[in-house]
Amino acid sequence: MTEPRVTGPRVEGPLAGTGPRVEGLRVEGLRAAYGGEPVLHGVSFDVEPGEILGLVGESGCGKSTLGYLLAGEIAPGGQVLGGRIELDGVDVLELDPRALRGWRSREVGIVHQEAAASLDPTMTVGAQVRAALINSGVPRSASGESALGLLRRVHLPDVEILARRYPHQLSGGQQQRVVIACALVGNPRLLVLDEPTTGLDASVQHEILTLIAELRTELAAAVVLISHDLGLVGQVCDRVGVLYAGRLVELGRTEVLGTPAHPYTAALLASQPRLGQSRTSGRLTAIPGQAPGPGATAGCAFAPRCPLATATCHATEPTLDPLDHRRLVRCHFPLDAPPPTPGPVRPAAPAQPRPEPVLLDVRGLTRRYGRTIAVDQVELNIRRGEVIGLVGESGSGKTTLARALVGLSAAGDGALRFQGSELHPRLGRRAPAVRRQIQMVFQSPDTSLNPRQRIRRILGRALRTLRAGQVTVEELAGRIGLGADVLDSRPDQLSGGQKQRVAIGRGLVGEPALVVCDEPVSALDVSVQAGVLELLATERDERGTAYLFISHDLAVIGYLADRIVVMYRGAILEDGPSAAVLAGPHHPYTASLIAASTGQPRPRRARNQAGKVNTSDIGCRFAPSCDYAIPGMCDTEPPPRREPSPGHHLDCFLNPGELPLWPQPIASVTPSPANQNQGAS
Amino acid sequence: MNSGVGGHTGTKTVAAVGTERVAGLTRGAPRDVVAVAAGAVAAAWVVVALAGWRVLAPRDPALQTPSDRFARPGPEHWLGADQFGRDVLARVLAGARPVLVVAPLATALAVIVGTVIGLSAAGLGGWFDGLVMRVLDAVTVFPSIIAATLFAALVGRSRLVLILVIAATFVPIVARSVRAATLVECAKPYVEAARLRTEPTWSLLVRELLPNVRATVLVEATSRLGDAVFAAATLSFLGLGEPPGSPEWGASVSENRVWLTIAPWTLLAPALAIASLVVAVALLADALRRRVDAS
Amino acid sequence: MTVGSYLLRRLAAIPLTLLGASLLVFAATVVLPGNVARTILGREASDASVAALSAELGLDRPLPAQYLSWLGRFLTGDWGTSATLRAPVRELVLDRLGASMLIAGIAFVVLVPVALGLGLLAGLHHDRWPDRLISGVALGLGATPEFVTGVVLLVVFAATLHWFPTSARLPPGAGSLDTLWHLTLPVVSLVLLCTGYVARHVRASTVTVLASPYVRAARLRGMSSARLVRTHVLRNATVPAASALGVQLQFLLGGLVVVELLFDYPGVGALLLRSATDKDLPTLQACAMVLGAAYMLIVLAADLVYRLLDPRVRLGGAR
Repeated sequence: MTEPRVTGPRVEGPLAGTGPRVEGLRVEGLRAAYGGEPVLHGVSFDVEPGEILGLVGESGCGKSTLGYLLAGEIAPGGQVLGGRIELDGVDVLELDPRALRGWRSREVGIVHQEAAASLDPTMTVGAQVRAALINSGVPRSASGESALGLLRRVHLPDVEILARRYPHQLSGGQQQRVVIACALVGNPRLLVLDEPTTGLDASVQHEILTLIAELRTELAAAVVLISHDLGLVGQVCDRVGVLYAGRLVELGRTEVLGTPAHPYTAALLASQPRLGQSRTSGRLTAIPGQAPGPGATAGCAFAPRCPLATATCHATEPTLDPLDHRRLVRCHFPLDAPPPTPGPVRPAAPAQPRPEPVLLDVRGLTRRYGRTIAVDQVELNIRRGEVIGLVGESGSGKTTLARALVGLSAAGDGALRFQGSELHPRLGRRAPAVRRQIQMVFQSPDTSLNPRQRIRRILGRALRTLRAGQVTVEELAGRIGLGADVLDSRPDQLSGGQKQRVAIGRGLVGEPALVVCDEPVSALDVSVQAGVLELLATERDERGTAYLFISHDLAVIGYLADRIVVMYRGAILEDGPSAAVLAGPHHPYTASLIAASTGQPRPRRARNQAGKVNTSDIGCRFAPSCDYAIPGMCDTEPPPRREPSPGHHLDCFLNPGELPLWPQPIASVTPSPANQNQGAS
Repeated sequence: MNSGVGGHTGTKTVAAVGTERVAGLTRGAPRDVVAVAAGAVAAAWVVVALAGWRVLAPRDPALQTPSDRFARPGPEHWLGADQFGRDVLARVLAGARPVLVVAPLATALAVIVGTVIGLSAAGLGGWFDGLVMRVLDAVTVFPSIIAATLFAALVGRSRLVLILVIAATFVPIVARSVRAATLVECAKPYVEAARLRTEPTWSLLVRELLPNVRATVLVEATSRLGDAVFAAATLSFLGLGEPPGSPEWGASVSENRVWLTIAPWTLLAPALAIASLVVAVALLADALRRRVDAS
Repeated sequence: MTVGSYLLRRLAAIPLTLLGASLLVFAATVVLPGNVARTILGREASDASVAALSAELGLDRPLPAQYLSWLGRFLTGDWGTSATLRAPVRELVLDRLGASMLIAGIAFVVLVPVALGLGLLAGLHHDRWPDRLISGVALGLGATPEFVTGVVLLVVFAATLHWFPTSARLPPGAGSLDTLWHLTLPVVSLVLLCTGYVARHVRASTVTVLASPYVRAARLRGMSSARLVRTHVLRNATVPAASALGVQLQFLLGGLVVVELLFDYPGVGALLLRSATDKDLPTLQACAMVLGAAYMLIVLAADLVYRLLDPRVRLGGAR
């Protein structure tokens, strides 16, 4: 489909370089500060047109500042201390306000996270794209058609109708596409994407990334993708730069992620569970300490946390030097061997000779929100000491299910039995002794703790009300890995990881039988996640607590859980031992989750071209999105229950032999460098 | 592998909705010139009200001197004299006390009752909350001034009635505001965590929730104080508060309305007195709100 | 839900709310200390005549019966007769209602553009001198009772400068210009009070919008400030003002009582006050009901306008 090519006048005249036109993005020695404290210390990199560079870092590394500076934007209170940002020979930092506006409207496109917030809620989607087009010089009469063209270019369906909708009427993925469309106005030569897929479901994330890859080819623009997610960056970028404390510590082609040269990169990779890695086979290594805040440092910025640091490292800052023809590293002693194996393997829990008694039994649980059914006739049981990983995307009902078990979502049908006796659906009506046995850890560390209470009080109250008075607050703090000095602080003085540890400590204090964890690590930085996951694993192994662990992240679930339960639109599609569920044969939905998580194309069966599967109330609820769906069968009857292996159940019309498998057999996956390339996630 | 939500470990988090101690709030206050000036004015009136006219006024506000009828402002009567020859300045000074008794008492009563209602409605939820909301809706059917007029007129004029009537019209506003702030907190996990660890309900309300809505209560209290002065003066102007002949400002304005063209100073003095107090309190409330928002 | 069904639901709720209001009004009149009949006739009246009047007014019947019969008569249009003013209540009230609505209407029409404009101006220049000036003045005016500003206006513009009349009472057969001249000062008093609150509210929402991610995103696309304001800020900053205006209507109506008294204007507010002090019950009840109904309708209108303007509310929830 040919679109009318939309171009505005380029930046000409004295602002264009007089020498030979240098193409692409060149950043040299960029230094910036906030409120006097330096946050970027001389960042340099190049991006060719048509190339995607990924910039990876955790919070505080300066990536957001960099993202804004690439658009010539300095946040209030910030200053640029030095350096150049040149696009096609034009130094962005030197442009006067009027030229900057022209440059922004035609040469660069920015996409930020939280697409919904980047769109004006009171304007239709089409009107916003038109406004951007008109601003870049397109005549008003042509803007309508051009807007529709741009919306088609980002693969939005039914653009004539969609253009008349308001942002809140679109899904998260659609909103992000509209933001991308606005960024494409003027056919920019530089595209900056700052966490473009955060908050989106895995499958949607996958589609957006595919779109970005396509656009890169079409546009011949330099693309910079900023993210905290190594796996994401590994999937779609040509080259990768790792940022730490405002400096680039490693920069090279993406493959080098498999063999990291900088200790920080290696530690980052080692602290994330790989899909298929289980807690019984090896531990995660958290990076001790915290990243330095803004300000100057002596010596290497990573030295305080680096296991290999020497006196030289603490004294002088290394420079970014080429290691081999593929990359640059900022380290005095770059790694040229596989990283040291992670800490001692935790002794695997002895195989259970017989199954433990059932702790919590759920029958026919149904919950509604207004007219939509959030949890539909769910049946589940949790045994003593078992870790159940509940995985699902948004709208799957997993959080509603968790809250119903805990007693916070009482309205609806269903029977709950706990330790053999009936469990009242409403928290307030349960006996206090029973209430103490079921606890919950919440997702957001910021709102999980009472901001007005000191940690000592928070833990103290928990100790008292949960009848664990014989333990002192100091002992509890030690058990969750916090120093006693933290006890007299308020929550807002703690980091996210520390706050989650307090939340976990509070929940585990009375040695409850079951702890429901609702995405407890999703809001934490990767290196901090490892510590918290380890804490959960250790507690479970030492005290035999059962967990219902909820996440959308399959790798984290696979690491922690004994059994995996997969939910979709309110129903459980599959449940079984985690190794079996991940390796397959498994449900087509599980296959799509794995594919999205690892970035590999979905293994598709040749589809019967005749016939489209309709949405129906009685058929399989995943059928409309399923690659394997059989029209006439999957949408007319409820699917039968299959049992590919003992204890592993799923509902599907396919025979176990026809069900998809995950390409890589799980048993042989160990965290070694050679295997880190496979679907690096 | 996917991490759904962007990671952040920042040590600075979402601003806590709590309040510092008053000392903390007044720290750095001298930089806010306007607020300090407002505070001085309000304090001055408080001093006047406490000290009483005897200490400050040169003359008895009730002393009628027919020979000085409608005297213009001058060395004898600094702000002039009214139709009975009473000294206007003395009357203005004496008029501070009625207002400064009624307004703070009405406000305190409204804030206490309103906070209890709002906090418990949001904290207990369920049928109780529904009932409270229904009652509040029913009671706010009329604009507050009209409701106050109705009741004050029918029940009779006295200071106590004034206090009760003003407090009654403010309770729904305070209750709604506190309830809304409490609901925001109730939705946060730390409250659910408290319920999970079997905190008794009263402890939930007082230990967990109340400290976090203190800011709202404080802001409400100062805003209502300004409104209370407004209401007290207005109701007196309408003839519904003080007994006739009282030097109270609103009543003074009402009494002297007829002399607009002959002796405007008898109107202007009490009117400007009201304006000064009410604006001072409003500026203080605003400064407080800005400080609370920033923390 | 759509605007249409919301409108129907709210309209259906009005009779119920009015019923509640009528209960309140009736209850208020019952609270009167002392015997109503005696209050009307005065202290010196004989017991016999008081008893006769009591019987006539039906004051000896049980309260629910009194309430129902009053309600019945009220709904059928029989609002009784005013003992003190010696006239049918309905004519009295409806006549003055028009007069009050005239002042309120003019005040509202002036208020909206002035408050919106000043608020936007303050917000666009926030933390600079136009903002400090506007915000400070708005704060002060919003806190000052209408009769105080009214008195100052009267003293300066009527008594001293003689630019405006000291009474707002319209001479019979006054033309529109003459009417406006008479009503200027009372309208200005009302407007000054309400502008304060609304302007500050609009300023706050303007500042929020200016800091919002979508304005930032548009700015990063190279939009100039002027275009930004036109395209994005104006609408988003003023739509929330609809709810602020709704709150102010309460003060507008309440202020009518004060302003009518101060400016000697024969409106419903003045009548309410007069009948309350005279213990003229039928008139009092009718005034209260009429004002309550007017207030409810106005609040409903403001709410509707807000819903129509905000597409998130108009088109109902996210996908």
